[in-house]
Amino acid sequence: MFAMSLALVANNIGIVWVAVELATLTTVLMVGIYRTHEALEAAWKYFILGSVGIALALFGTILVYMAARPVVGEGVDAMVWTVLMEHGAGFDPALLNLAFVFLLLGYGTKVGLAPLHAWLPDAHAEGPTPISAVLSGLLLNVALYAVLRFKLLLAENVGAIAPGPLMMTMGLVSLIFAGFMLYRRRDIKRMFAYSSIEHMGIIAFAFGIGGPLANFAGLLHMTMHSLTKSAIFFAVGHIAQVKGTQRIADIRGLTESHPWLGWALVVRVAAIAGLPPFGIFMSEFLLVSSTFAREPLLAIILVLGVLIALGALFKHLGAVAFGEPTGGMKPVEASYVPLYAHLALVLGAGIYLPPPLVSWFQNVAAMLG
Amino acid sequence: MGHLAFDVAHLLAGGLVLVSFMLLYQGRLYALLNVFALHAFVLALSVAWQAEVQDAPHLYVTAVIALTFKAIAIPVALHRIIQRLGVHREIETVVGIGPTMLVGMGLVALSMAVMLRVTIDADPLARQDLTSSLSVVLLGLLMMVTRRNAVGQVVGFMSLENGLVLAATGAKGMPLVVEISVAFSILIAFIVIGIFLFRIRERFDTVDVQALDKFRGGRR
Repeated sequence: MFAMSLALVANNIGIVWVAVELATLTTVLMVGIYRTHEALEAAWKYFILGSVGIALALFGTILVYMAARPVVGEGVDAMVWTVLMEHGAGFDPALLNLAFVFLLLGYGTKVGLAPLHAWLPDAHAEGPTPISAVLSGLLLNVALYAVLRFKLLLAENVGAIAPGPLMMTMGLVSLIFAGFMLYRRRDIKRMFAYSSIEHMGIIAFAFGIGGPLANFAGLLHMTMHSLTKSAIFFAVGHIAQVKGTQRIADIRGLTESHPWLGWALVVRVAAIAGLPPFGIFMSEFLLVSSTFAREPLLAIILVLGVLIALGALFKHLGAVAFGEPTGGMKPVEASYVPLYAHLALVLGAGIYLPPPLVSWFQNVAAMLG
Repeated sequence: MGHLAFDVAHLLAGGLVLVSFMLLYQGRLYALLNVFALHAFVLALSVAWQAEVQDAPHLYVTAVIALTFKAIAIPVALHRIIQRLGVHREIETVVGIGPTMLVGMGLVALSMAVMLRVTIDADPLARQDLTSSLSVVLLGLLMMVTRRNAVGQVVGFMSLENGLVLAATGAKGMPLVVEISVAFSILIAFIVIGIFLFRIRERFDTVDVQALDKFRGGRR
C-alpha cells in the first residue's frame, strides 16, 4: 500500500519504478498466501511475468534518462518529472520512441492489457479476496498511471511517435478479447478478473484517444471502476464463503437464500456492466460520444465490445442470482457496510457529480492534453 | 576518453554477451550456476571499469555488490538449494540448443540494429553499453522462455537483471538511487524466489514448472 502511494506521488522516474516493483513483490507474497497448488501456480506466474515486465520498464526508464541527459545534464535532475516535462521538446525522438515501447510493454504487463494479461485472472482468482480487490482497484491503476506520465512526456516532443494509437489498439484488443473470454468463465472471481481487463482496456483507450472529454471520461471511469470492482470483490468474497465454492455452476439462487448479498451483487454487476444510473454508465457514455465525434468506426468497435461484455456478465448473473437456491445456507458473518458504502458512492456519482470534483477532473484532463 | 579505456569497456561488455550465450547451452544445473557466477563476475569487472573511466566512485559500490552478491552468494545458495532438494541435474529445454542459439544470434543482431540506429548522438561508450545490455536482456528473456526448470528460469531472470545493471552504469551519471534499487530488488527477488522454490518443492516434489501447468487442466 505504501509502495503504491509512493508510486503516485514520486517526482522521480527511478522512484516510480522502485515503488511499482515493491508493490509487485508484496502482492506476489499475498497471492501465494493460501499455498494451494493453484495459488502457487498463480503467484509464480504473476511473479515471473511481473518481474519481466518490470525489467522491461526499467530498461525504458534508463533510455528516457539517456534521452534526457544531453539536454538536462547529468545527475538526479535528468530523472525528475517536472524537469523532464519542461525540456521534453528537446529530447532525441528516436530514443524516446524506443523507451516508450519498452515502458508500455513493461507497465502494460502490470495493467493487464491484452497480449500481456496472462497473469491477471490467475492472480485474482487464487489470491485471497481482499487482494483481488486491491489488485483490481489499485495496482492496475497505479501502473496505468505510470504509462500515462510517460505518454505526457512523449506528447511534449514533436518528433516522437504519437503514443495514442498504440494505447488505443491495446485497449480495444483487451476490451474485445476480455468480452469474449467472459462467456467462457466458470469461476466467479476469474470472471470478474476478466471484467477488470475489459475495463482497463476501456480506460487505456480513453487516454489513448486523448482530448479533454475522453480524458475526463477515462479518469471518471478509473475512479468508478475501482470503487465498483472492489465492492464486487468484497461481495464475491462473502458469497464464496457462504457457499463454500467459487464455481459459478455451484452457486444458484442467491437472491433467495441471501437476499441482501444477492441483490447487492445484482446491482453491482449492473453497475460494472455500464447500465444507468451508475457512474460507469456516465463515463462510458462520455467516452463513446467523444469517440463518435472523432473516429466513428472505432466507436462502433468500442460499443460492440461493451455490449459483448454486458451480455456475458448478465448471462452468468442470471444463473447465480436467480433460480433454485443451492449450496450452503450459512448466514453471512461480515459487515455489509463496505459493500454498500462503495455502491452508494458509485450511484451518487452516476446521478450527480459534485462541481468541485468535476472541475478537478477537468483540470487534470486538460493537463493530460 | 582514451582509446584503451573504450576498448576495455567494449571488451567487457562483449564478454558479457558471450557469457550470456554460454548460459544458453549449459545442459547441467551446476554448470549453469558456475557460468552464471562468471556472468556476474564479468559484470562486476565491467562496472568497475566504468567507475574508473567515468571517475564515479559510487559505481565501485555497485561493482562490489555485483561481485559478492551475485557472483558468490547467490550461486552458492542455489547450489545448496539444489543439493537439498535433490532435483534432477539435467536441464530440460523446450526448444533444442541449436535453434536456441540461432534465435539468440538473431536477438543480438536485432538489438544492434535497433540501438545503434537510435543512439547516433549519444557518446560511443554509452552506445556500445546499451547495445550489449539490450542483447543480454533479450538473451535472458530467451533463456527464461526456453527453460522448463524453475532454477533455469531464475538464472535467466538474474542474467536479465545483469543486463539492466550494465545499461544503468553505461548511462553516464545516472543517479545512485537506481543502482542501489537494482541491487536491492535483486535481494528481495532472490528471497521471494527462495521461498517459492521451497514451497514448490513442498507441494510437487519437483522444481519442474511443467508440473505446475498440469493443475490448470482441472480448473477450466
